[in-house]
Order: sequence, then C-alpha cells, then structure tokens
Amino acid sequence: MGLELYLDLLSQPCRALYIFARSNNIPFEFKQVELIKGEHKTEEFQKVNLLMKVPAMRDGSFTLAESIAILLYMVRKFKTPDHWYPSDLQKRARVDEYLSWQHVNIRGKGSKVFLMKVLLPLLTGQPLPPEKLEGATEELNVVLKQFEDKFLQDKPFIAGSEISLADLIALVELMQPVCSGYELFEERPKLAAWRRRVEEAVGKQLFQEAHEKILNAKNLTADKIAPELMENFKHQLLKQTT
Amino acid sequence: MGLELYLDLLSQPCRSIYIFARSNNIPFEFKQVELFKDSVLGKKPAAGSGSEQPHAGSSNSEGAGKVSLLKKVPALKDGDFTLAECTAILLYLSRKYNTPDHWYPSDIQKRAQVDEYLSWHQANIRANAPKTMWIKVLIPLFTGQPLPSEKLQEVMEGLSASLKQFEERFLQNKAFIIGSEISLADLVAVVELMQPVGVGCDIFEDRPRLMEWRRRVEDAVGKELFLQAHEMIFNIKELSNIQIHPQLKEHLAPVLMKILK
Repeated sequence: MGLELYLDLLSQPCRALYIFARSNNIPFEFKQVELIKGEHKTEEFQKVNLLMKVPAMRDGSFTLAESIAILLYMVRKFKTPDHWYPSDLQKRARVDEYLSWQHVNIRGKGSKVFLMKVLLPLLTGQPLPPEKLEGATEELNVVLKQFEDKFLQDKPFIAGSEISLADLIALVELMQPVCSGYELFEERPKLAAWRRRVEEAVGKQLFQEAHEKILNAKNLTADKIAPELMENFKHQLLKQTT
Repeated sequence: MGLELYLDLLSQPCRSIYIFARSNNIPFEFKQVELFKDSVLGKKPAAGSGSEQPHAGSSNSEGAGKVSLLKKVPALKDGDFTLAECTAILLYLSRKYNTPDHWYPSDIQKRAQVDEYLSWHQANIRANAPKTMWIKVLIPLFTGQPLPSEKLQEVMEGLSASLKQFEERFLQNKAFIIGSEISLADLVAVVELMQPVGVGCDIFEDRPRLMEWRRRVEDAVGKELFLQAHEMIFNIKELSNIQIHPQLKEHLAPVLMKILK
C-alpha cells in the first residue's frame, strides 16, 4: 500500500496536490472523496482525517491533512527538483511567505467569490444580491493587486526565474473565481502571462485535466447535492459569505 | 547592520517571533512599531513591507495616508533582504541560526505535523482569537459604542469549536503537538490563545488539559520571557487611556464596522 491522496478536484488545494504529484511522477492512489455527496463526513474518511476535509494523505500508517503540509511532505520524501521549494534560504523564505499570506487573501477572497456566484444561489434557490457580490469582487481585486505588486512584481514566477509551490497554489486558487465566471485574467496581462508560464511548467494537458470538474461547476444543480447536506452547506455558506 | 525585527508585542505573531528569537539567543535589533500610531498614520512604516497597501475592503488608496492596519508587523530585515509573514520569518530564523532540531524537526513526519498545524492555525484559531481583542477592547474604545455581546458570543463559539479540534486532533494526549518536545506549532498556538486571555476571555479556565499544555510551553521557552512578551497584552486596559488621534478614529471606523458585521 503506497501513497494515497484523498481528493475532490472541485477543491483548489486538491488540484494543487494532484498536479504536483502527477507532474513529478509521484506514484499515488487517487482516492475520490465526493464533497457534494458528503463523502468527507463518512466514518471511514474520518479515520484518514478527523477534521473531515480534503485534501488528506495516507502513507502507510501516517495520515496528514492541510495541502501545504502534504506538498512539503511530498517534496521531501520524493526529492522533487529544487525549484519547487528552493534550498536557497531567501528563495525558500519567499515561497513560505506567499504560502502563509495566501490563506486569508487569495484563497479567502477567491473562494468567497466562487461561493457567492455558484453555490449560494444554488443552495438557497435565490438570486444573489448584486451588492454582496460587488463587495466580494472588490475585496478580491484588492488582493490581486497586492499579489502583483508585492509577490510577483516583474519576475516570471514568485520566487524568481522558476516555478515553485507558491505559483501552483496561487494559480489553482485563482481558477476558482475564474470558473465561476469572473474573468480576472482578462484585464491583467501580467497575471495572464504568469498563468501561461505556470500552465506550461506543469504541463498544459495536466492542468486542463485537473480543472475539468471545476470548469463544469456551473452545471451543478441542487438535486445533485445529497439532501442531508443541504441544510449544513447552506448554513456554512451563509456564515462564510456575510 | 544585523538582523532587525519589526514588532509590536500587542500582535500575536510578533510575540511568537520575539519569544523564539530571545529563547534561542538570536541577536537582533528590536524595532518597535506601535500599530495604532505608526502604521495607521503612516509615520513609521515597517521596513520591507514595501509600498503601503490599502487594507482589504477599501478600493481607494490615497498613497501615503492609507496604510494597512495590522499588516505591517511582523517584518524582518536582514541586510537587503526583507520578509513578512510570521511562519516565513520563524522558519527563516530556525534555518539561518540552526536552532535545536525540535523546533522544526528533521524527521519528515514530525516536520509534516508542524507544517500541518501552522497551516490549519491560520484559518481556524487565528480566525477567531484576534477578534476577541477587537470586540472587547478596541471597538468600544474607538467607536465609543458599547461592546456588541452577540458578536462576542459568536466569536467565542467559533473559538470553542476550534479549541475542541485543537485538543482532539492536534494535541491529543501528548505533551506537545508533535510529541514530547516543543516546536514552532506550540509557540504559534499559545501566543494566539493569550489574546482572549489578555482581554478577559480566559479560554484556559475550564480546559485543564490545555492549561497544562500552556504551562509546559511557558516552561520550555522560559516563564520570565513569556511573561515579558505578554506584558502589553496583559495591560491592554491601559490602551483605553491613550489619547486617540481623530484621524485614527476616522480611518479605523470602517474597518471596525466590517469586523462587527
């Protein structure tokens, strides 16, 4: 029994893990956990991750949650090329800096836009009040500017001339609002160029494959969601999107 | 010019860096930043955070005047190299100064457990613990409005849920998060939890296992150092006596209203 990755490609951090492992030819067993069917709440999955979240990893008897922890574990165990998490002290610090900052910023604000545009109307059956979406979009725009000005600047990638974990995590997160219909790359040529570089670095085909499910998120209908989850999802969403 | 650390000990991430550096005898110059004076009024921006950033929620940045509140610290300056974000700074220090292995163990699984906690912490403990200070002290102070008690209850409930997960999933029956020795994970966790304690929400009161863990962490870093680092937060009520610049009040009002929602 080798490495098992518990994933649902609807989730941004799951996509980062999937792309990283495949791109580096790391052998693993893909364990599908369908979030909309509530498979993350099963007793069996709780044995892998008590926190009931994806992604999760199992390597023999060792289990691990949190995408950043799992990515770093794979980097170390499978000795992936240096640029992913550079051994240079300062470059490595740049990657750490981005991975920390992004939690509440790119990830937080990007998720919120997706939740508001796709999930909330789906679960409540009501159209989304436009001012709410405007507010969320504006918050995302602010962090996008910070991303460009502080993290990317005029470099090809966040840590310099080569792709690292930071770029991968950043791009999968940005695909979430993009797949909800917010074309944030359209008026941001620098970001669009960076995106192309990241896609090429991991492999365009792999990138597209990883994003197939989320690209079809707009086709999600309420009846596909397990009924016992509806109330819980609704409640959580309303909390997150106020 | 050696290592410079830009800190305000009112801030939890600043405390973890301060305690870590002092506990490991890392030589540094303490650059005091007073969040409520320097950052907001744009007088003394922390080095290396680069150009001033508009804070989340506002779409207009009027250049020098609007500086992101609470986003300027902690910051590190090492020669020409500048760095933000607590986790990044702690890891940089641990590597550059070759601190004892237990802080960030070389064992791949133990190291992963530290990474796992540091990541989870951001969206969980750190989502609610800081709000206790805003709600109990800062909002009444800056807006003159009474303490919004349902909001506080909501925050405390969120914090309780995170603490339950912390005990069940991360600490369990171990002495420290990764086992028998303290690591960066424990340090980052404990300073965050001291925020509600400082403002009178003692989350350790009816959680004996957590209280014991806290004592172990304090002993491991040095009780005196721990107390010293927390002096400001323990005397937070004195903040009520400071003269608040009207411009500061004006700037903070929208931020505070947002937190209240």
